[in-house]
Amino acid sequence: MRRRRLGRFGLGFSTAIIACFLAATPILACGGLIGPNGAVNLLRTTTLAGYHDGVEHYVTAFQFAGGGGAFGSITPLPGIPTSVVKGGDWTLQRLIRETNPPAPQAEDALRAVAGSAVELMSVKIDALDLTVLKGGAADIGAWAKDHGFRLPPDAPEVLDFYAARSQIFLAAAFDADAAKNRGQQLGDGTPVHITIPTANPWVPLRILALGKLGGEPVQADVYLLTDRAPALLPVPNGANGIRLDHSADASASLLSDLRSDRGMDWVPSSAWLTKVAVDATAAQLGFDLAIDATGVGRPSAVDAGLALPGSITPAQPFELSRFLLALAFAGVGMVGIVLIGRSRPSAGRPIGW
Amino acid sequence: MPGRRRSIGLGLGLSIAVLSGLAANAVARSQDPIEISITIHYSHFEPTLIRVPAGRPITFVITNSDPIDHEWIVGDAATHERHRTGTEPVHDARPTEVTIAAGTVRRTTVTFATVGSEQYICHLPGHEAYGMVGTVVVTQ
Repeated sequence: MRRRRLGRFGLGFSTAIIACFLAATPILACGGLIGPNGAVNLLRTTTLAGYHDGVEHYVTAFQFAGGGGAFGSITPLPGIPTSVVKGGDWTLQRLIRETNPPAPQAEDALRAVAGSAVELMSVKIDALDLTVLKGGAADIGAWAKDHGFRLPPDAPEVLDFYAARSQIFLAAAFDADAAKNRGQQLGDGTPVHITIPTANPWVPLRILALGKLGGEPVQADVYLLTDRAPALLPVPNGANGIRLDHSADASASLLSDLRSDRGMDWVPSSAWLTKVAVDATAAQLGFDLAIDATGVGRPSAVDAGLALPGSITPAQPFELSRFLLALAFAGVGMVGIVLIGRSRPSAGRPIGW
Repeated sequence: MPGRRRSIGLGLGLSIAVLSGLAANAVARSQDPIEISITIHYSHFEPTLIRVPAGRPITFVITNSDPIDHEWIVGDAATHERHRTGTEPVHDARPTEVTIAAGTVRRTTVTFATVGSEQYICHLPGHEAYGMVGTVVVTQ
């Protein structure tokens, strides 16, 4: 049954990984990549950030695209996850199919191509060793070094950028040799589902540019599944490197398909589907994507990485009762001034009589 | 009269001794290393331009404030070309080639013999392209 469903979504899957096949190097999805010789360049990556009942569900895939040795990635997280488990088999592919319905004539062609931080949690999923780390930039740097990884030269600044907001990172070490031994084929992805209780969901975007020079392209698809239409910061306007490709009620069939995948029973019966396409240069991606799905429409500049924590005083909402109270006090004050003026002692009267 | 002559001789001798001492001290001081600090932050050197006199030992105090390792390799174009394809994981044997581990300070003393300019570069993968380059101008 599962195989049949995967086949059903195979076309979407192939579109997601087509670019990955162009390079015979291990490719990991969503997160800055680190390796013994620096960063491995990311091509296009797909991520789902679902938010429901105060919990962010972050689903991404780590792709095996050949090569050997060990490779890794670092993904900043908005909070400490309660679980890191193998993700569903078709969630990401089904999302791609929802927003990018394949043209029938293209199907055959695509098929032909597809072919020393504190360790809070450690999980092994297939050929991936996933570790949830708590620490600042120096701690993450030391951890990476201890585990044989070398961070790219922009890592110090990028890690500081994230550690100022959340010192929780997910390190994924990918053993390509183990993947080969497991019989994983080129293009086989390992989906990972991270469950993070948080009041403020955000999606790390800047990390996608880790290891890239300013002019290099960064491309990714970010799907958001929220209870209602979210407000986003920065607003995806295309000019800033992010573009709103889809924003509509999620179809019943999509929600049903997603809910039937492994670990996806949290998907509500109704939701809003948003697709944000990242099509930027590395220099443009100096921010993350802050999400306000509460309906208030006020995504956090801090969560977007546009302001430092503590640098913003949240604007107080207008309260009529306070305004009227202030008016009343002002009125009493005015009356008092008038009364004092009338009872002023006349000139020549001795003070303190 | 002979006493006066002796006094003049003594004074002259003392003056010569003092002047000789001062001169020797000045010569010795001219051979003391000049200390220059270099900071590495967010994978960039600061400063990126240094002027030093030829023939005088220069002690570079290199502070790496980053959470990743860096290199400081100074030399001519041929030196850097060799390091761009080099495989030495750590540099420790030559004063012109040092590895500065994350969050540490290294001191190294170099004497530039000839007038001209040399570059100092971190040759870890991607670091030079990221901008980890500086210049030493050697003057008379």
